[in-house]
Amino acid sequence: MLNYTIRRLFMAVPTLIFISIVIFLLLELAPGDPMAQVPLTVPAEVKQKMREALGLGEPAPIRYWKWLTQIFWVEPLHLFDSLFGTNFSDGYQRAISWQTRSPIFDIIAQRIPQTLWVVGVAYVVAIVIAIPVGVYSAYRQYSLFDNVGTFVTMIGFSVPPFFSGVLVIVIFSVWLGWFPSIYDTTLRVTDWDSFLAQLRQMVMPVMVLALQITSQISRFMRASMLDNLNLDYVRTARAKGVSEPTVILVHVLRNSMIPVATVIALGIPSIFGGAIITEQVFKVNGIGQLLIGSIEANDLPMVQTLTFIFAVLIVLFNLIADIIYGILDPRIRYE
Amino acid sequence: MSENKAAPTGDSPALPRPPRSQWRDVWDQFKKHRGALIGALIFLSILLGVFLGPLIYPQDARLVPTGRDFIRLRDMRPIYVLLWDSGAKVDWAHPLGTDNIGRDLLARMMLGGQVSIAVGLAAMALSVVLGTAIGVLAGFFRRLDGPLMRLTDLFLALPLLPLLLVAVLLFREPLKAAFGVEGGIFVLIVTLVGLTSWMQTARIVRGDVLALKEREFVLAARSIGTPPRRMIPRHILPNVLSPIMVSATLGIASAIITESALSFLGFGFPPDFPTWGRLLNDAVDRMQLFPERVIWPGLAISLTVLSVNYIGDGLRDALDPRIRGR
Repeated sequence: MLNYTIRRLFMAVPTLIFISIVIFLLLELAPGDPMAQVPLTVPAEVKQKMREALGLGEPAPIRYWKWLTQIFWVEPLHLFDSLFGTNFSDGYQRAISWQTRSPIFDIIAQRIPQTLWVVGVAYVVAIVIAIPVGVYSAYRQYSLFDNVGTFVTMIGFSVPPFFSGVLVIVIFSVWLGWFPSIYDTTLRVTDWDSFLAQLRQMVMPVMVLALQITSQISRFMRASMLDNLNLDYVRTARAKGVSEPTVILVHVLRNSMIPVATVIALGIPSIFGGAIITEQVFKVNGIGQLLIGSIEANDLPMVQTLTFIFAVLIVLFNLIADIIYGILDPRIRYE
Repeated sequence: MSENKAAPTGDSPALPRPPRSQWRDVWDQFKKHRGALIGALIFLSILLGVFLGPLIYPQDARLVPTGRDFIRLRDMRPIYVLLWDSGAKVDWAHPLGTDNIGRDLLARMMLGGQVSIAVGLAAMALSVVLGTAIGVLAGFFRRLDGPLMRLTDLFLALPLLPLLLVAVLLFREPLKAAFGVEGGIFVLIVTLVGLTSWMQTARIVRGDVLALKEREFVLAARSIGTPPRRMIPRHILPNVLSPIMVSATLGIASAIITESALSFLGFGFPPDFPTWGRLLNDAVDRMQLFPERVIWPGLAISLTVLSVNYIGDGLRDALDPRIRGR
């Protein structure tokens, strides 16, 4: 198992390098100039000096290398320092945003809790709903429940979040007035009332995200259950006189969860991508909204780093999915 | 091609029935899938409404009224608002109302639908051609298999939505100069969506080609000396047609969604050039007063995607010979 994990880990390195090169080269073409906001009265040679101070004077390979060291060496050192009060990172230049002139990772650290909170809760809600729905609709295939479930998952598949989000805002906050349409990130949960307020503002974004995730996972769950339900071991278990709940929930469910577990792991990074739109609709100031804002403001280092973080998430969760598969299904490991 | 693919399904000697073509069988099975049939009808009527509608519906989608007409025609509500608000500003000439500068919403929906569907079809075509080419090459030539599949994995690991946003920003200006405002953004979005969505098709096609290569008819063709350039169009492609058709159908849906998402985030078509996503984006700010401007474009996107997904589901069942007999 360890061998398998290490092999997978090494295969992830070239992927990450390729992606970082693609992102860097793509942004290298960008027309953005960090000096665009500087007044026209500033002479050209001063602007050139300012550009060089931002590290723009050097050739592309050197800047690429510097960017990589900032992400993989300086920032972890800085994190270590702030955790343990040491000062290893003194004298190293941190990655700086052009828009705010503050370290990129500080801004990301401010934004990421909101994203994680909304996305994480949505994912948990979706899994809790999707698995029972998938199991039951496979168990009673072509029943009313199954048909309705299939239709609802098809809708969850087809209605894009920028419409379902806007629709629930129109219905629940404009017409019914139940929930606030804007996610207030300054809200601190201190007592029961503020907890309720937090809960109310989370309902709509979480539900919109969860609808999408639920439809994907429950479709996989249903298909995987259907594959397993007619196998010989199920017949054996029934013939032995094992009770029906035990057959379904212990024998079949455990085996059907193998592909579903990997789908769940693989889905996490794409949810961060989908959260870009949901955050925009509900005005959650998470990292998706940060990305849109910095693209509009031509803040290239920020865009570069955020896109790369999304890529790291994808590679990381691909790795986790592979490892989960290896743990759950021993046949995979030795191939 | 349908002649040389006459399936051996119906012509066993015990049955005197004449041999049926494969596509008859597929159609018969497709008809049994009620959702797919309804989906096909809805998709056809959306297509007809969007492309033929402007011929019979007289309003101009881009006409901005001026002077007194501007005040008279702007912010008109849909006629059904009369059901609960008899004082609403409506006009039978504008059944879905007008927007804040007096352009007719129904006409804009038709124009927007033309663009959205055209983007969906063109991007799907590009992604299917790319995916099929890469899948067939990887499956057929063992030497290319490793590099091409590694490339596919790398593309799958790219964060697509952020990269799409960045790429739109980068290439919008140069392409605008080359193809004009509307043509440039059309080419850009079709290319970007096509280039970032071929991976699933390539994987499925490769798997099927690998399985096909072991079959006897391929061995027979090879033993009479058929070169690969004949083998692929004659023996391989017709047999991987069904997964390609299914992923093409589903590709339309995802291309329409991606285009609308880009337009919704403000990175798609310019404001005076409506697509469904763009109309939705423009309407969000005033959705409390004019919810219809949000709901109709959103419904159009959702209904199109839903019907296309159902068609894909039905096609998958209809093209699978193991299910078709039942």
